[in-house]
Amino acid sequence: MIKDSTIKKLEILAESAKYDVSCASSGTTRKNQQGGIGSAHGWGICHTFTADGRCVSLLKIMLTNFCLYDCAYCINRRSNDIRRAAFSPKELAELTIEFYRRNYIEGLFLSSGIIKNADHTMERMLRVIKDLRTVHNFNGYIHMKAIPGASRELVYQAGLYADRLSVNLEIPTEDNLKRLAPEKDHQSIFLPMRHIQQHLLENKEERSKFRHAPKFSAAGQSTQLIVGATDETDQQILQLTAKLYKRPSMKRVYYSGFIPVNGYDKRLPVVKDVPRIRENRLYQADWLLRFYKFDVNEIVNDQHQTLDLDMDPKLSWAIRNPHYFPIDINRASYAQILRVPGIGVRSAKLIVSARQHGRLNLAALKRIGVVLKRAQFFIICHEMQSFKLQNSSPEYIRLSLKEPSLPIMAVPQQLSIGLE
Amino acid sequence: MIVFRYDDTFEGVLSAVFDAFNLKKWPQHILTSSDILPLFCTEEFYVQTTDEKFNRVSQAMTKRLPSIALNQISYVWFSQQPERAILIFNYLVKVFKVKHDISHNFADPDILAIRNLAKKVAHERHYLMMFVRFNAINNQGEKIYFASVEPRYNILPFVLDFFKDRFADQKWVLFDSVRQYGYFYDLKHVQIIHLDEHDDFMINGQINDNYLNEDERRFQKMWHRYCQATTIKERVNPKLQKKSMPVRFWKNLPETWHEDP
Ligand code: SF4
Repeated sequence: MIKDSTIKKLEILAESAKYDVSCASSGTTRKNQQGGIGSAHGWGICHTFTADGRCVSLLKIMLTNFCLYDCAYCINRRSNDIRRAAFSPKELAELTIEFYRRNYIEGLFLSSGIIKNADHTMERMLRVIKDLRTVHNFNGYIHMKAIPGASRELVYQAGLYADRLSVNLEIPTEDNLKRLAPEKDHQSIFLPMRHIQQHLLENKEERSKFRHAPKFSAAGQSTQLIVGATDETDQQILQLTAKLYKRPSMKRVYYSGFIPVNGYDKRLPVVKDVPRIRENRLYQADWLLRFYKFDVNEIVNDQHQTLDLDMDPKLSWAIRNPHYFPIDINRASYAQILRVPGIGVRSAKLIVSARQHGRLNLAALKRIGVVLKRAQFFIICHEMQSFKLQNSSPEYIRLSLKEPSLPIMAVPQQLSIGLE
Repeated sequence: MIVFRYDDTFEGVLSAVFDAFNLKKWPQHILTSSDILPLFCTEEFYVQTTDEKFNRVSQAMTKRLPSIALNQISYVWFSQQPERAILIFNYLVKVFKVKHDISHNFADPDILAIRNLAKKVAHERHYLMMFVRFNAINNQGEKIYFASVEPRYNILPFVLDFFKDRFADQKWVLFDSVRQYGYFYDLKHVQIIHLDEHDDFMINGQINDNYLNEDERRFQKMWHRYCQATTIKERVNPKLQKKSMPVRFWKNLPETWHEDP
């Protein structure tokens, strides 16, 4: 019989974990092993959507929200007067399994406040995920947050059971981090990050020699940056992002628009709204870095330190670079086509395969799913009279394509599977 | 205008393709025997479904088309949409008329139509992986995880392998309460089941409380509370929620029930 106290704990600890925006449960595929429960798929699955529209795919929860630290941006900071609770490792492992059996979740996302010290906390978290894998024979997805300052050995252990390990950077620059999180510094975050990276690389090599060597954090690592709590520009943020992506193990950088959870703290700016549009633009820019092969300096640079809030970064880049256009849809390379506003990865692929069968005109492009409203200024194709950009000033394009941005992408969506 | 009549089976559609090539006649519609004949119909032809025709066409089809395209065709068939026969027919005729592989020429309306309908069905299949909720029930002392669903298309068969792999160590039932049939996994095999009409197991598409395990309501409650607690109030956006999780599924999702279960 479940106790009421467990329900209470669940509520408190879910509440405490909710500001971590990472939600993906993707990046690994694990088949069910003999007699066990669960599997993980490369593309991950959302199981529900909260009223704020975010995908829930993992049981995102804290082992405890007691914390010794006092990070200004965090609801769990020591000086905050909130309800506190703690699960026992066994209890949390069982709860995860029960939720999983009902198809509520893809797995577990475990984080924790810091009790006693970093290693002591890591050890308790480790017990949960070890239990899941060894006692319950669980093959679903596990994402664990490493505690800043945790030792190399514990990071290694955790990586053997987790699919993904992450450490949150939270504040992009060292000075601001020190100001807002006095007990942390970049060293305590970058070091575990580096450990994860090293173990991952070593593990890859080991596995190429011994096929049965256990996998280490197969889905790599991710991190989160809070946006708007401090004064960093988009240029600073994206340059840091680009640097992080240079590490082969870094799979995702998440951006979390600052939510004032702590109105009275003088270290924080007074803001009314969550900077959703800015956050959305950052995700779009991040997308350009990862899937469209843009260089970070093409998106932000000394002349353009902030992202345009009125239009997405790809369109904004295109307007700043008229010499790059027109793109001939029937001739240009895939990479060139990908840079046209209104054409996404999927349409670009369809274009390249469809044009082998005949020249494409505007109607065909429309059918394929190109957003002509935007693309028309930047392309020429079969039967198209002339190149439109020549007859239109950048200012005209700006005005006609400017749109109130819809922060639909405010939170990274999981990819849904298509047929291809 | 020529109309073909067929027996509403997949074999029938392929036989129609065979007949069309034989007769060199290209119908505008392929209808079942109960469909109403459209105006301006000048000729009606009745397709005889035979194994031979079916085998010839299906062999040619598997030879000519990559597996992605074959999957699309089967999704289109399982969509159970009235236009499925003519869509598949037009598609296959086009494929057989030319030498090269045209299955990815999406600038072609017939090929795009297949792809788009297949995508809708695939989407529904994905929805099933997301929005199935199992309830632990007691069946004569046995614990079984039971889920009732109401998918738009007849796609249960497409998700069985997924659930079989994922929930290999628990007995479960996936039940389509629109089409009134389901599948039962007994730790080894999956088999088709129907519910007894006079049974009181389901009432209005919901599982009778008497059959639920003693803790089941509490797990639903926990899940409900969990989803409430993870919502960030500052960012509430019901429109986005409904877009990602269509309301037609909510009936079976405890997290969306207004009252705590
Ligand atoms: S250490 Fe983590 S849980 Fe503790 S206050 Fe800082 S951010 Fe919050």
